[in-house]
Amino acid sequence: MSAPQSILPLEIRRLVFESGDTRLLHDIDVTLSAGRRTIILGPNGAGKSLLLRLCHGLLKPTSGEIIWRGAGTRSRVIRHQAMVFQRPVMLRRTAIGNILHTLRIRDVPRRERRERAEAALALAGLSHLANRPARLMSGGEQQRLALARAWVTEPEVLFLDEPTASLDPAATRTVESLVEGFHAAGTKIIMATHDLGQARRLADDIVFLHKGRLLEFTPASEFFENPQTPEARAFTQGELLW
Amino acid sequence: MDTFFHAFAEAGALLASLDADFLEIVGLSLRVSLSAVAIACLIGFPLGAAVALYKFPGRGVVSLLLNTFMGLPPVVVGLIVFLMLSRSGPLGVLGLLFTPTAMIIAQAILVTPIVAALTRQIVEDLWREYGDHLRSLNAGPIDTLGTLIYDARFSLATVVLAGFGRAIAEVGAVMIVGGNIDHATRVMTTAIALETSKGNLATALGLGIVLLVIALSVNATVQIVNNASARKAALA
Repeated sequence: MSAPQSILPLEIRRLVFESGDTRLLHDIDVTLSAGRRTIILGPNGAGKSLLLRLCHGLLKPTSGEIIWRGAGTRSRVIRHQAMVFQRPVMLRRTAIGNILHTLRIRDVPRRERRERAEAALALAGLSHLANRPARLMSGGEQQRLALARAWVTEPEVLFLDEPTASLDPAATRTVESLVEGFHAAGTKIIMATHDLGQARRLADDIVFLHKGRLLEFTPASEFFENPQTPEARAFTQGELLW
Repeated sequence: MDTFFHAFAEAGALLASLDADFLEIVGLSLRVSLSAVAIACLIGFPLGAAVALYKFPGRGVVSLLLNTFMGLPPVVVGLIVFLMLSRSGPLGVLGLLFTPTAMIIAQAILVTPIVAALTRQIVEDLWREYGDHLRSLNAGPIDTLGTLIYDARFSLATVVLAGFGRAIAEVGAVMIVGGNIDHATRVMTTAIALETSKGNLATALGLGIVLLVIALSVNATVQIVNNASARKAALA
C-alpha cells in the first residue's frame, strides 16, 4: 500500500497549540517513522486528539512545525492519509453509499468503484449490510464501516482517534483486528487511546502525553515494564491522573 | 350564519362545475408561484450554502439581511418592483408591468431570502457534523457543496415547501405589480380579495378552499415522499 513517494517519517518540531490563552500542547518534539504502530496514550484531556488533528491537518498549530517527508501542498500530503474518529461521521446514505462517496471524492474511475467498495465491505464483515442506511447501524458496525471507508483510500498513514471508546469488548476486538489488517498491509498506524489494555495489544511505540506535554516516547515493552516518569508509572498502574 | 352556509354551498357547486374562468385563475396562480419558487431555489440554495461554508467579507451582513428579508412585507416588495418596472423606471423599457412575469419577479424576491436563510441554517448544521470527514477526505468546494446539498435533500424539500407556501398565499405583491387583470394577471389571492370586496362571497370562498386544498396536497405529497425515502436512506 505504500505510495510511490512516501510521506514518512513524520517530524514534529516544537509543536505548540493554544486555544485563547490556554496552552493545550507544549513543545512537542517527536519523529514517527514507517512500519511501527504508534499509540498515543494518556488520560482524558492530555491532548491526544489535538495532536492527531494537528498531524492530519484539520487544525493549524500555534507554532512549531509538522513536517512530512517530501512535503508539498497540504492536499498532496492529506491524500496519503485517512482518519477514523471517535464518533464516526456517517453520511445519510447506505453503507455502500458511504464508501462509494469516498471513492468518488478520491477520483476513482466509476467502473472500479462498486467492486472496490464491495471488497472493503467484505473485509469489514459488512457485506450483508451493504444496503442498510449507515445511520441505522450499531456503533460497532459504524466504526467498521468507517474503517472500510478509510481502507479504500489506501492510506499510507491511518489516524485513529479513540475508535473504540464507546464500543463493547466484542466490537472493540473486531475494530482492533481491522487495525491490524491495515498494519499488515503496510499502513502506518497512529492511534490515540486511553485504554491500557488496547495499548498493550496494539502498540509498537508509545507516545505518552500528560497535560499537553510529551513525557515519554519509547518502545511499548519498555514503557510498560519500566516507565520513566512518575506520571507514566501512575498511569500504567491504573491510577487516575487528571 | 345563513350567508356562511350559503357561501359554502355555492363554493361547492363552483368547484364541482370546473368553471373555465375559475380554472384559469388557479392555473395562473400555480404557474406564477411555482416559477417564482424555482427561481428562488436556483439562487437561494447556492447562496445559502455559500454563506454557511465560506468566510468572505460581508458574510455577517449577508446573513443578517437574509434573516431580515425572510419577513419582507409583500406590499413593499410589490411597490419596489412596481417602481423598477413602471414606464419611467429603470427597467420600464422591458414593458413587464402588469404581466405574469412581473408577478414572478416579485414573488421570487419574496421567496429567495426564505430559501437562502433556511438553507444556510441546514447546511451549517450538516457541515458541523460532516466537516471533519470531508476535510479529512480533502474534498474540494464543489464536492463539499454537492455532498451537503445531496445529504440535506429532505430538509431542503421542506424549504421549498415553505417558499411555495409564502408565494401561493401572498396577495400584496402580485396585486400591485400584476394589477389583478381578468384573464391576464388574476390569481387566486387577488381574486379572493376582489370577490370579497364585491360581496361575492361564494366565489371568494371557493377559491379559498382550492388554495387550502393545494397547500394541503403539496405538503402531503412531500411528507409521503420524505417518509418513504427517509426510511430507505435514513435521513434522520
